[in-house]
Amino acid sequence: MMMRVAGVLMALVIGSASAQSLDPSSIVHRDVKAWPTYSGDYTGQRYSPIAQINTSNVKGLVQAWSAKLPGEVTHSGGVGTTVAPLGRVSGSIVQVDGVLFVTTPDNVWSLDAATGKVNWHYQWKTRGGTHIGNRGVGVWHDRVFFETPDNYLVALSAKTGEEIWHKEIASFDLQYFSTMAPHVIGDHLLVGTGNDLDEPGMLQSFDPRDGHVEWTWYATPMKKGDAGLETWASVDAASHGGGNVWVNGSYDPETHLYIFGTGNPSAAFTSQLRGPGANLYTCSTVAVNVDTGKLAWYYQTSPHDTHDYDSAQTQVLVDGTWQGKPRKLVMTMARNGYFFVLDRVTGEHLLTSKMFASTNWAEETLDGKGAPVRIPAKDFDFAGALVSPSTQGIVNWQPPAYSPQTGLFYVNTSETWEMFYLATTDPRGAMGLGGEQLMNLPSNGGWLLAIDYTTGKPRWKHRYPGVTGALAAGVMTTAGHLLFAPDIHGNLIAYNAATGRQLWHQHISASNAPETFVLHGKQYVLAAGGDTLYAFALK
Amino acid sequence: MVRENVKAGRGCGRAAVRAYRCGLWVLLFCGMTKMLQTVHPKMEASKSVVIRIQLSFVLAASLLCVGARAQEGAVSHTEATHQAAPFGVVAYPDRPEQPKEVLDRGKAAYSVNCSFCHGADAAGGSVGPNLLRSKVVLRDVHGELILPIVHGARLAQGMPKLDLPDLTVADIAAWLHSLKTGGNMTPTEEINIVTGNAGAGKGAFDRRCGTCHSVSGDLKGFAAKFAQPMQMQQTWLSPGVMKGPGMPELHVPPVTATVLVKGKKITGKLGAYDDFSVVITTADGVVHTVPLDNGVPRVVVHDPLKPHREMLPTLTDAEIHNITAYLESLR
Repeated sequence: MMMRVAGVLMALVIGSASAQSLDPSSIVHRDVKAWPTYSGDYTGQRYSPIAQINTSNVKGLVQAWSAKLPGEVTHSGGVGTTVAPLGRVSGSIVQVDGVLFVTTPDNVWSLDAATGKVNWHYQWKTRGGTHIGNRGVGVWHDRVFFETPDNYLVALSAKTGEEIWHKEIASFDLQYFSTMAPHVIGDHLLVGTGNDLDEPGMLQSFDPRDGHVEWTWYATPMKKGDAGLETWASVDAASHGGGNVWVNGSYDPETHLYIFGTGNPSAAFTSQLRGPGANLYTCSTVAVNVDTGKLAWYYQTSPHDTHDYDSAQTQVLVDGTWQGKPRKLVMTMARNGYFFVLDRVTGEHLLTSKMFASTNWAEETLDGKGAPVRIPAKDFDFAGALVSPSTQGIVNWQPPAYSPQTGLFYVNTSETWEMFYLATTDPRGAMGLGGEQLMNLPSNGGWLLAIDYTTGKPRWKHRYPGVTGALAAGVMTTAGHLLFAPDIHGNLIAYNAATGRQLWHQHISASNAPETFVLHGKQYVLAAGGDTLYAFALK
Repeated sequence: MVRENVKAGRGCGRAAVRAYRCGLWVLLFCGMTKMLQTVHPKMEASKSVVIRIQLSFVLAASLLCVGARAQEGAVSHTEATHQAAPFGVVAYPDRPEQPKEVLDRGKAAYSVNCSFCHGADAAGGSVGPNLLRSKVVLRDVHGELILPIVHGARLAQGMPKLDLPDLTVADIAAWLHSLKTGGNMTPTEEINIVTGNAGAGKGAFDRRCGTCHSVSGDLKGFAAKFAQPMQMQQTWLSPGVMKGPGMPELHVPPVTATVLVKGKKITGKLGAYDDFSVVITTADGVVHTVPLDNGVPRVVVHDPLKPHREMLPTLTDAEIHNITAYLESLR
């Protein structure tokens, strides 16, 4: 009887595996058999309701398969002539119908999630651009989308890997480059970009059918009359003001708001030509309506940033409790060293908490809106200003997680230091990231923090061994009362999420956030280590 | 920003040499990490100017030396842009080189006709915008987008009509395109970082450093060992982080550790150390690998640079500058 049920299940699974298609409206209903979108679902919690693997049996987790991503190419495209090095996996691996879609800059592979066997490998020949990382694909029906470092949005057939079309999303000539995973929200494909010159940041919505632009939201005022212009010296300064959208946000289906973080203002360090204002909407948590592309609310986490503290971290949406009452919240750990909790419907500020005493770029007292107040003397100095955190921040793009079982927000951090020297006395020479020389000092420690969002204080924390630290990859929680977190030494570690006790580990040189799904009735944990994928399951 | 301003120009002259050198650092570094079966701990999203690129490799290397099994495969933005050198991927668009006579003509024509408003270096003046980051200039190839504007297409925005021959505009365009922009720029300005007060620095040195160091003892002639005061300052803040050309050999004592196993104390040089094992090499040359479980047994680390690390949160910029001025005064 059991055998027969299993056989039927297997047939169903195989049947659906050949479909390799994702109805975008299904993403809002959590399907434990898939990891259908960047964070596993739209909340950004990276919490899986699967509890097969749990605190009592995680010790028995063993490798089910591993697969080194092959260089052999089945399909290629591109507008350039150069084949870049294959790179490493540092994004989310989408899993739909038992098929994995994994990326490195310019490359997409399709693999069988049960075996790691490669179905196809698409490679984009590049014009160039910073090949720093790629955060993964978006899947819409039977199509797979990804961004290239030279700023093309490419649509592939999920089943075959053949290219359907490609569209330019930003100009390589203007020194844009792209890393974000296209975010599928209904029939919208949300696409962000990065830039190291002074070009404005933007989030664009593309039609996944034909790739036409539905709307563009600019992170800075672009013309006279635009909101926020009063926070810039001029239209020229604002429209060259940065605020790039390069990390995936989260989505609230009730309000239709896409809630995400914007990057630093530009020029990054020498800010005189930006004017003395806040430089909206850079270094902010912003909420944009996905139907209209209009800003609903914003909260600026680093007003008039001068340290390249992008607020581009994945925002975590929680239906929580605030001062005894249910409240719809959004929380973010910002690169600038502070943890923020906001009301995600209105943007109302609720809490700011400084994580490390060493953070020294801002005054001890927050401003009227709860934001840190920068100390201008810590912008830079001819002879060097000692600043913590470094431009890398205490966190970066590596995603945090949240567990509704514990009410804790989990994030890898690093207590970083840097010397900021002025390199150009003429502020006109300070475009993009220019104008300063930054001299890194060793991190004082890499920490895994488990933060109670109601107080902003860690309930427990763990310092990774070593005299110095670093920033480890992203994390995941599960209903098995587990936290899966890579450390700074290459281990993927499973913790009791409530206590921080370490229960299992494997050295895989983890380079992305782990994820989990159920396949053929069995829970798998999947993570990448450089160019190799590792799948784990119970014996 | 997602990425560093890697100010390595690609494809021409000094900048290319610099980029190539960075490439060598990458290769050297990869070799080292392979050797140590570990990879470099810097994260993807740090960033900076060329000088720092080299420093960060050195930093990574030094972190490895203290025994951390670092995170695999992490790549900084700087490094990513510098993969360019060995692999031929340009981080930023580059322009084909133009003959010197074209650039000379273009520069001369620019100086006469444009610099008054746009600045002698084209980075913007009191009236005219910065042309280095102008969308028109960045997208233009041979002057075809610039020409209509010179000939009056933007009168309404205040750009006057200039009666320049088409070929002259093409020369100006060629010169503008030869200038490095944003990610391609390399700072060339020499800035003196010795601005502190040496007298106050002596007091700060005695207070902050005097317990372990002396300018007539271990730090005799310290500043003179460095090509640049910045190297010296970075080194006294955090010894051993900066390495490479122009840097003296430093004698930083190794990190040691003690762990109690079955009632027996093991003390020696600290090797790889994570939550699950610690490697200690004792004086007799024996390598001990001790398994760890949730902090048991306890590893006590003796870090000779601990006072340096602990000093950072309380050190003021004035103290840093004054101590540097004091050490430089003994050069």
